[in-house]
Amino acid sequence: MPAEALVISACTLVNALGRGTQDCFDALEKARGGLRPCDFEDADLDTWIGRVDGLEDEPVVAELACFDCRNNRLAQLGLRQDGFSDHVAEVRARHGAARIGVFIGTSTSGALQTELAYRHRDPITGALPADFSYLGTQNAMSVAEFTRRFLSLDGPVMSISTACSSSAKVFASAYRHIKAGFCDAAVVGGVDSLCFSTLYGFSSLGLVSHRPCRPWDAERDGMNIGEGAGFALLEKKDGGVAGVALLGYGESSDAYHMSSPHPEGAGAAAAMKSALAMAGVTPDAIDYINLHGTGTRANDVSEDRAVMKVFGGGTPCSATKGWTGHTLGAAGITEILFALGSIERGFIPGTLNSERLDPALSAGVLLRNRTAPVKCVLSNSFGFGGSNCSLVLGAVS
Amino acid sequence: MTPVHVDAVGLAGPGMASWQDSLEVLADESAYRTGESPRFTSRLLPANERRRLSMTARLALQVAEEAMAQSSFDIDSVCSVFATCHGDTEIVNGICVALTEPERPVSPTQFHNSVHNAAAGYWAIAAHSPMPSTTVCAYHASFVAGLMEAVAQLQVEARPVLLVAYDYPAPDPLAESVGAFAPFAVAMVLSPDATPRSTRLALATVSGQPVQGMNCGELEGLRVSNPAACGLPLLRVLATGAPGRVILPHVNGLQLAVDVEPG
Repeated sequence: MPAEALVISACTLVNALGRGTQDCFDALEKARGGLRPCDFEDADLDTWIGRVDGLEDEPVVAELACFDCRNNRLAQLGLRQDGFSDHVAEVRARHGAARIGVFIGTSTSGALQTELAYRHRDPITGALPADFSYLGTQNAMSVAEFTRRFLSLDGPVMSISTACSSSAKVFASAYRHIKAGFCDAAVVGGVDSLCFSTLYGFSSLGLVSHRPCRPWDAERDGMNIGEGAGFALLEKKDGGVAGVALLGYGESSDAYHMSSPHPEGAGAAAAMKSALAMAGVTPDAIDYINLHGTGTRANDVSEDRAVMKVFGGGTPCSATKGWTGHTLGAAGITEILFALGSIERGFIPGTLNSERLDPALSAGVLLRNRTAPVKCVLSNSFGFGGSNCSLVLGAVS
Repeated sequence: MTPVHVDAVGLAGPGMASWQDSLEVLADESAYRTGESPRFTSRLLPANERRRLSMTARLALQVAEEAMAQSSFDIDSVCSVFATCHGDTEIVNGICVALTEPERPVSPTQFHNSVHNAAAGYWAIAAHSPMPSTTVCAYHASFVAGLMEAVAQLQVEARPVLLVAYDYPAPDPLAESVGAFAPFAVAMVLSPDATPRSTRLALATVSGQPVQGMNCGELEGLRVSNPAACGLPLLRVLATGAPGRVILPHVNGLQLAVDVEPG
């Protein structure tokens, strides 16, 4: 591994599978998916969603009340799992609050709050309700600032918002900030929550399935929207730390279309190649690929072409959005942490709901869970605007 | 941290049609006259794509194209960092209004243009650039966060980066919550190595240093109201062509100290 690698010294996840990494892996290992027919607020859509229960009853802490919204509640729920906040406190004591950066990915931040505010405009003036907190909710920075304050950190802070690649790209930005000397450690994360804009927006594009999504299946017909939060703590590898390290990242732009992927997956392949090159590994060193795998016709074709170009059909792959739904700006970290779990547990999750692989696709997609030793993994995240990011993680002995 | 080099600049704002057009008023603020903002446009994007562009994306692309036209680097060879606090509030408003109507008719085009990285996506298409691009937000320090991300990229990856910071005013009813300001955008091509006309910057994080404002009331108003304009004091030093030190506030007390060393 490169001497420059950063170790992931703590992590946490919340999504439709459960609260905390143990809950999520229990669900994966017992083949218990998290999707349900859409029952979000008064959304009237014939689709399935990956919803996190209980957010309606768990407001953010009183001192951060101006940040209260579904997205920051979800962030808080994540920060409270897996002892994550305690791990951060230890690192804060070691490095000082000003030397720990915060990099959070989100696509819609607290957009639901604005959508609801528009329902309650003043009938005469059209004004939004007086208690609408734009900077605390709708603004893309809201979730990063909420996280920074919740963890009492004072280092460089930013939201990264590149649609569905957002929380993969946070790893790249955190790596660069640490290497450039702007901070010594970083909290990276991704948080996106259900809202009407994404439910109705993806529906308007004809990309939403009426049933649980089936990535790589011959009959696949779209995605399901999910919500989730994930966080990880990145630190320099100081003598003899065992665990899993970020070995490489690769980023690229499709320069093709705002919402359709490049048909041959050119940008996706470039991102994977860059990540492998930075990690200093050849494609055959990768034991598992967590695909972006949304389950739309075009996305899976594009990614399949790209994976075939870089890896051929022999590398075990799976798409995990059939378990959680597509958590959009949280998908990158959710899926890289699933891939991290595959290293720690020797367990590769299958592609839930998919039954018959599309004969037009050739990547080595696993339909069922598999037990196997895993040392090195790659995870793909691609987003609107043609934004691509691949990450490589590996075990550090 | 090794220094970085400003290879080219693009700028647009009230009374400032371009970087060249702004040099005089930034170097001597008493000459500044506010005025109507120029009509922003992209020259590179094909007409069919250009028609779909919001004012926010036009503003961002205009300064990006201006900077790259002056740059030593090929347009499709630079990485990019886009920084915007408010994103595209015109589109947020359009979607939120649609969501209050029967059947909630969200426009598919508005939806895919609603992502925070929409301008970056159109830039990649306009420039035919496969290079990495990211889009960041840090409230009123969005320009500062974008500059730090761009500099971090230069330090680690040693290749040129185009930084584009932009914010366009919000429509009603969002304007009251977002706050009123004039449109402003700045683009800087940053290079790891000196180029024929480049200016050297040395950066460090500091705290507790006095922050400079602008002398002219209208430019100061722009600096504090439009997050893309929070780097105006740095642009002022660049415009004078003299050495200088600028302190740019990040959020929560963190500051970025930028030493400008011409030539």
